[in-house]
Amino acid sequence: MRSLSRERAFTPVFDGLGGRGPIAVAAPVKLTSKIANASMQTDSENQSPPWTLAGFNLGMRLALPVLPAMTAFGLAVGATAARKGFSFVENLVMNVFVYAGMSQLVAMEAWPERVTLGAMAALAVLMITVNARMLLMSAALYPWLASSSPWRIYPTLHVLADPSWIIAMRYRANGGSDAGILLGSSVLLAVAWIAATCVGHVAGTMVADPRRYGIDLVMPIFFAAMLIPLWRGARPAVAWIVAGVVAVTVHQLVGGWWFIVAGAIAGSVVGGLLDDAD
Amino acid sequence: MTPIENADFGVLAAFAAMAVATYAMRAGGFWMMQHVPPSARLRKMLNALPGSVIVAAVLPIVVRDGVTAVLAIGAAVAAMLLTRRDIIAVVAGMAIAIAARAAGW
Repeated sequence: MRSLSRERAFTPVFDGLGGRGPIAVAAPVKLTSKIANASMQTDSENQSPPWTLAGFNLGMRLALPVLPAMTAFGLAVGATAARKGFSFVENLVMNVFVYAGMSQLVAMEAWPERVTLGAMAALAVLMITVNARMLLMSAALYPWLASSSPWRIYPTLHVLADPSWIIAMRYRANGGSDAGILLGSSVLLAVAWIAATCVGHVAGTMVADPRRYGIDLVMPIFFAAMLIPLWRGARPAVAWIVAGVVAVTVHQLVGGWWFIVAGAIAGSVVGGLLDDAD
Repeated sequence: MTPIENADFGVLAAFAAMAVATYAMRAGGFWMMQHVPPSARLRKMLNALPGSVIVAAVLPIVVRDGVTAVLAIGAAVAAMLLTRRDIIAVVAGMAIAIAARAAGW
């Protein structure tokens, strides 16, 4: 709250889609007028955030830049499933109910000969290690969405993905409060994902080498670009630096997938310890 | 193509375990926050999360991948700084990535 004016000055217009930024600001303003208690800014912890159709549509538009990346990655995951011998329906079920691409790739690489109870437990632990960052991501949504109906939150969380979370957090950091943005961006990406994994399963080995087309770098590229609108000056960035150092260290020393959550926790703790003076 | 009805029970059971574990992560953080007393420090910790998650996810990939990732991500960040349009940043980064891979880095 303290630095809101500065934050606004830094990003005067929420530039979600190039050149059409004002729409992004206008939509929540227009719609919140319908909802008496909706506040545009910051602390609406006691107030239920609006979930509007206009917000949903805006969320879908904000997710458009990630759509090619999501599609390319989905094609690769579907093709991997076909190569590993999963049927079309099995692939579809996995992508609808698990819906966590990177961890699915890891699980398919480590797929057991026979599915025993032990193998199921091992797969569950694998999903927890690769997806533990989602614990932190959904926790970060809490101050914004705390007073929304659980019937809205918990289904929405199933389609939460890294890019839609980043899109929503960025929108929130710039003063928006419409939860429709989170749902719209998440739903669009989930639909694109499921479609792409189905096509990838059918197309099979056509998309055998994602590295060649840089597909493995698409998500890192998008995430890194998202750091720019999240920038709040050098002091808060200390937390990011710590996150990076810890993540690289854990990645080198431990391997596996704990590096994301280890780095994120370290950065978050440092962020909590930094004093506000600036 | 594999027949549509072909879905092995064991495989589906494994998917169920994977789905439950993943949803527990997705919903668990939000659920746990209901049981944590709010504080200024907690708020600051949560505010630091988006940037921290991004850096923690991206930096080890950059270190592992080397020149290609540095160039591609550098191009994306530069494009974002200049234009503030994420689509341009993604296109710029991807163009550099494909070019660098084609060049054999």
